[in-house]
Amino acid sequence: MTMGLSPKQSLQVGPNGELRHLLTTEGLPAETIRKILDTADQFVPVSERDVKKVPLLRGKSIFNVFFENSTRTRTTFEIAAKRLSADVINLNIGASSTSKGETLLDTVWNLQAMDADMFVVRHAQSGAPHLIARHVKPGVAVINAGDGRHAHPTQGLLDMYTIRHYKKDFSALTVAIVGDVLHSRVARSQIHALKTLGVPDLRVIGPRTLIPAQVERLGVRVFTDMAEGLKGCDVVIMLRLQNERMNGALLPSAGEFFKVYGLTAEKLSRAKSDAIVMHPGPMNRGVEIDSSVADGRQSVILPQVTFGIAVRMAVMSMLSMGTDPDSSARSHS
Amino acid sequence: MSRDDSRHRGLSPVSRLEIANGRVIDPASGRDKVGSVYVADGMIAALDRAPDGFEADEKIDAKGLVVCPGLVDISARLREPGFEYKATLESEMRAAVAGGITTLACPPDTDPPLDEPGLVEMLTRRAASLDAARVHPLGALTVGLKGERLAEMAELREAGCVGFSQGEHPLPGLAVMLSAMRYAATLGFTVWLRPEAKTLAEGGVAHDGEVATRLGLPAIPAVAETIAIRTIVELMAATGARVHLERLSTAAGVALVAEAKKGGAPLTCDVGIHHLHLSDRDIGEFDSNCRLSPPLRDPADRERLRAAVADGTIDVICSDHAPVDEDAKQVPFGEAEPGATGLELLLPLTLQWGKDAGLKPVETLSAVTHRAARILGVAAGTLAPGAAADLCIYDPAKPWVVQPQALASQGKNTPFLGLELIGRVVRTIVGGRTVYSNGP
Repeated sequence: MTMGLSPKQSLQVGPNGELRHLLTTEGLPAETIRKILDTADQFVPVSERDVKKVPLLRGKSIFNVFFENSTRTRTTFEIAAKRLSADVINLNIGASSTSKGETLLDTVWNLQAMDADMFVVRHAQSGAPHLIARHVKPGVAVINAGDGRHAHPTQGLLDMYTIRHYKKDFSALTVAIVGDVLHSRVARSQIHALKTLGVPDLRVIGPRTLIPAQVERLGVRVFTDMAEGLKGCDVVIMLRLQNERMNGALLPSAGEFFKVYGLTAEKLSRAKSDAIVMHPGPMNRGVEIDSSVADGRQSVILPQVTFGIAVRMAVMSMLSMGTDPDSSARSHS
Repeated sequence: MSRDDSRHRGLSPVSRLEIANGRVIDPASGRDKVGSVYVADGMIAALDRAPDGFEADEKIDAKGLVVCPGLVDISARLREPGFEYKATLESEMRAAVAGGITTLACPPDTDPPLDEPGLVEMLTRRAASLDAARVHPLGALTVGLKGERLAEMAELREAGCVGFSQGEHPLPGLAVMLSAMRYAATLGFTVWLRPEAKTLAEGGVAHDGEVATRLGLPAIPAVAETIAIRTIVELMAATGARVHLERLSTAAGVALVAEAKKGGAPLTCDVGIHHLHLSDRDIGEFDSNCRLSPPLRDPADRERLRAAVADGTIDVICSDHAPVDEDAKQVPFGEAEPGATGLELLLPLTLQWGKDAGLKPVETLSAVTHRAARILGVAAGTLAPGAAADLCIYDPAKPWVVQPQALASQGKNTPFLGLELIGRVVRTIVGGRTVYSNGP
């Protein structure tokens, strides 16, 4: 027998199942995920209207706090917040702020003193949003917009939305995630969500240098042979390969990676003929994916972006209710 | 606390002491029975039967309590000189005796590192003036712990160093390791090394396994330890050096040590209390109190470590005390400074391990008393008549909860916060003088 430390209470889901923060897809109950996707369903038409706004978060202040730059992700959150009528404040803090002496928590406390209702946080360190969530006032919500290699839950959820949109049911799917799983927060968020939603055959494909230790314990099967791994897949998710991976000893070159693991029409033919191809963006054409596939009939990469806005709106609106003590009577329209 | 305060803390020195009715446990001799300990002139005068004409100046009734040798902790960072914002000699020496520790060794990774006799003398003199535990520094193996030039080992030895270590700064190159071991072997000194291949561990913050994968934390593979052990064992054979391995963390590492010991290598090793009780699973959702060096490993590694102390493959349990200031832990896991406070947890966590392992207290305590003293090469950890009267008296039944205010150490960072433990120290005696008292 060994001494077990007391189990740690979930930060993101409250005792009544309400969403308090969105930090990771791990441990998020299936019903919560489904509710997010259902809520997003209701927001998709908003973006198609002339007046692309609902008053749900009017008067709320959402701070996009990016310790790591990403124009694209920040923009999608900004659009989502604005379509909910929230006030959006963008802060690109970059890595330099810590060298100026201010700690992460000091930064957050300062912003909190400006009456933020919600923080959208991106940080290069895994777990930074957890730390923030542990220290904000009750009622202030934290959305993880990507932390280190750990999680990018809204991306994972928009991917679930996309898969549900095209495939309806998760319970008979074969899904492959291809490429740099080791460094990918997106892959982790997808894996947890797909497992929770009941995907029976979940695979990761890549060279052993880019597959993290014991990843099988997350419920995936590891393939190093791309053709074999893609066989019979309903969904093929390509991951972005960061250029800096080529600087170390993990991979010889972008060209060699493309040769072995790049998604070409030929390789894709191993998957089912109606398989969809996804990519979290930004894409490296000719590195992880061939243009003919990225722009081909099976690609749903652009719809992913569109759905991403609705999913982020859904998360923000649910958090606003989950953290608002008077919200039980309120429901969005 | 000023020097004068510590000399007059109301626990006045007495020359003759009788500790009666306690369960007297002396792992060195295998003794475990109720009896009395008689102390005179700072030494153990006798057990059970008072020496002729003995008249106690003070009599302690230890009924229901355990009386054992003061604990010997072979690795406790006192953070002086250089890191007084984390802890001070005063605070940590108080913590040591509050934990029943009467002898400790401190690693050389202070600022500046303990690479000069003057620094070592200053530290030991300051420590001695505090009237608490006996401090035996480990000297730096290389100047500035930089892994380039050898430190003046003979001089440092003369100044009081009991061994030579690189602390948390693994040697970058094998040529220096070979040379350091050869030189230490010449003079008969023990080289203390943390088995970690620097280039394999660099940048990593968690064990390369399921948890690091789940949390997306840069990982340190188990081979970082096993490759280092293999290298060290090879160099021992080539140089004849005596080596103490600091902080084993893997099952595979234990197997290598067992094999080397079987082959007759003059090798000893220790494990920290955290690795005996925790695994990477305890990191939970990025608990930075579990950011330790070496990293917490797989539960299977922990099980092997626990068994290895019981079977003697691992010689000693140490606190691996490393107080860290709160600011250095209130950051994302990967940026958190490794380390945890441990002085006051060594006894209860060792007792807990022994209980779990089904050992008798007399067997359990040997891992933190005479076995530890043997590693340091100092006379301590025994109740043999004539030995220094360094004693720990603890309550084997009363539970206490690990809380910041319950810890004398300036470091409050521990994964065990909130946990209820058994084994609270009631009194600590060094050289016949009570240096800590909590209760009767």
